[in-house]
Amino acid sequence: MEHFLLQLFIFLAAATIAVPAAKKLGLGSVLGYLIAGIVIGPYGLSLIGDIKEVMHFTEFGVVMMLFLVGLELKPSLLWQMRIPIIGIGGAQVVLSTVAIGAPALFFLSWQESLAVGMILALSSTAIVLQTLREKGLMDTPPGRSVFSVLLFQDLAVIPMLALLPLLATGAAHGGEHHGAGLFDIQALPGYLRILVTLLAIGFIFVLGKFGSRPIFRAIAATRVREIFVAAALALVVGISLLMTMVGLSPALGTFLAGVVLANSEYRHELESDIEPFKGLLLGIFFISIGASLNFSLIGNEITLISALVIGLIAIKWMILNLVGLIFRMAPKERRLLTVALAQGGEFAFVLFQFSKTNGVLTDKLIDPLISAVAISMFLAPLFFILHEKILARDSASEDERDSDVIDRSGHKVILAGFGRLGTDLGRLLISAGIRPVILDHDASNVDVLRKFGFEVYYGDVTRLDLLEAAGAGEAELLIITIGNVAKARALVRLCQKHYPRLQIAVSAADRAAIYEFMDLGVTVIKRETFDSALALGCDVLQLLGMPTYEAHRLMRLFRRKDEEMLPELHRIFKSDRDNYVSMYQKHNADLEELMRMDTNVDMEEIDRAWTAGNPEE
Amino acid sequence: MKKILILFAHPAISRSTMNRAMKEAVTGLDGVKVHDLYRRYPDFYIDVEYEQRLCEEHDVIIFQHPFYWYSTPSIIKEWLDLVLQHGWAYGSEGRALEGKCYCHALTAGGDDTTYRSRGANLFTIDELLAPFRATANLCRLRWLPPFAVLGIHRGLPDELIRSHARDYHSLVTALRDEQLDLAAATNSAYLNSNLAGVIRQP
Repeated sequence: MEHFLLQLFIFLAAATIAVPAAKKLGLGSVLGYLIAGIVIGPYGLSLIGDIKEVMHFTEFGVVMMLFLVGLELKPSLLWQMRIPIIGIGGAQVVLSTVAIGAPALFFLSWQESLAVGMILALSSTAIVLQTLREKGLMDTPPGRSVFSVLLFQDLAVIPMLALLPLLATGAAHGGEHHGAGLFDIQALPGYLRILVTLLAIGFIFVLGKFGSRPIFRAIAATRVREIFVAAALALVVGISLLMTMVGLSPALGTFLAGVVLANSEYRHELESDIEPFKGLLLGIFFISIGASLNFSLIGNEITLISALVIGLIAIKWMILNLVGLIFRMAPKERRLLTVALAQGGEFAFVLFQFSKTNGVLTDKLIDPLISAVAISMFLAPLFFILHEKILARDSASEDERDSDVIDRSGHKVILAGFGRLGTDLGRLLISAGIRPVILDHDASNVDVLRKFGFEVYYGDVTRLDLLEAAGAGEAELLIITIGNVAKARALVRLCQKHYPRLQIAVSAADRAAIYEFMDLGVTVIKRETFDSALALGCDVLQLLGMPTYEAHRLMRLFRRKDEEMLPELHRIFKSDRDNYVSMYQKHNADLEELMRMDTNVDMEEIDRAWTAGNPEE
Repeated sequence: MKKILILFAHPAISRSTMNRAMKEAVTGLDGVKVHDLYRRYPDFYIDVEYEQRLCEEHDVIIFQHPFYWYSTPSIIKEWLDLVLQHGWAYGSEGRALEGKCYCHALTAGGDDTTYRSRGANLFTIDELLAPFRATANLCRLRWLPPFAVLGIHRGLPDELIRSHARDYHSLVTALRDEQLDLAAATNSAYLNSNLAGVIRQP
């Protein structure tokens, strides 16, 4: 026990020191963990014992991460991503396998080459997703392409596990027995195995779709928070066990469970409960990768391993570029894809181990490859940093180049919300030659807009990383057309704090919302339904026989009077609020005040010039 | 010092060069209010009370505009229709504008030779402005001939644009500082036909 606590302390302390230091240096948390691992590992201070065991245990962090990723992906969204997942992901895995396996043929048998090709085609879900999230790129189009590929790779692990034993040339080492202790699926005949597997997946769907709600409701009703945490953990661990039992990837199983639960009202609670566990486990997992770097091997075989690392990264980079070209990605998107995925992944550790026990690959072959994969993973966050530096420089030079044509279409405008109001507003802007950057949380909208070549960002508009990605730092104007007042208000506050130069125009849902925006100092505020009410009223007056132009002018006069009344109403609203008048009473009082002021408006003043008789007569 | 109100009307200011240059030449001058009608009333819904107050507060009213169809852009007609109310601008009680100076500063495509009885346009600018002159008369305004920049269809060289804008600036400041010889100015065809001759040196 004491030994365990000591080990735990060393891991946690190393992380606590290394991660803030790495962040301060702009290196990101993943590099921090990796460096911490090297420092406390056998080639550093030699503070920790069995790294393999630790790594094996903390791999579970990847499982949790995929559960969380699943929670953020609604089934409908996943369905929309089927083409990038299968297309881009499939192309990357198949082409990389071939491109890595082919040169290996010079040195190895075809079975070994194929095994190495498959295993090295995979990238590091853990490092890449963690980094993408940290940089706020998860919800951007290139981020989604990267995610699609990673998801396909996780899927591809399953057939690989099935295929690898067939490639065996040497004797199987027996050793590890696949499957959990509870139940051994290998003992069943083939058709039953498939049946059990399908049943297990079906069970996850049924549980997520129908079982979870009453269970979570009952647990939430107890109001004991740790029980909810326990239930959430039990869910993830249980599904992993089930998946391992039927021979599927636990990560994939929990990912599916997450997707099924994405529409659940307990989604946010599940997220916040699992998040810290995931973070810690992943952190320790990264530390153990750092610690597992075998420096004596690397020292002895420096030429071979460097060649392997460079070859691995170069081949994957070229294949990713090719895939990007095939799928007609924009250069910027392609660059992120290549930078993000040109490394080996943690699945490689698992699969190398697996192929060793199945007699496909030998120790002599595996050891340098494992070191190469680990080094490439270590380099991945560094590539991200390099990528950002290049990107920053490029966008700076792009700005310079664009400035001479800025008058026509160079206006940078962000349109938050592309609903009923935003759609027409956006069309108007486009007709004036201004293409706004659109932020929206409706996935189907996002798809249509993308098809027309718009720069669209999907997600919660009050997230700073999303605003940043949309270019709020350089934009001139932000237009807010989201109906949710609390969100709109939060967005205004956020922009005033972080982008004080950004002009803001809002559409307000109702009067109360107008007053709130006035309090925040927004000057361009339009009430969402006011103009259509007036336009309809104008038509109605005509139906009743009022001449068109008179009806129009009456509408215009009414609008002006309404605008003139606004400051007074705002004052009344504020004093009421200070007196804690209830919302219901308040609405009535507002309405009364409005009606009273309307009757005071002298509608006769309209057209005095045209209607006045000559008093001289 | 007199206070000058310039009622500016150009529906497509981004396509204008002469009018824009003239407007810029007088914008921001002390005692000069440039009031852009199309900007303030894009839907022609003119705030009558506000316009009347503006007129009352100033001593000289200038309509600056391009010459459209031998007249002003339509918003000026709308302005006249609505703002010049009986009992305020005219009629036995209407004396709000009495004695204020009034003129047009206009730009026209054809040159001076076309605005003659034998020219392409059959009438002189002065004749074509007759309704405005009559309006001025009814409202007891003091009519001055127009400041006219003619022949702009051919396109004016930059240097000429700048010199017209400078002239306009001199005219407006002279009106403001009461250095315009009103009697001499009234007798010239255009205010700018002999600007140096009608501005008294201080």
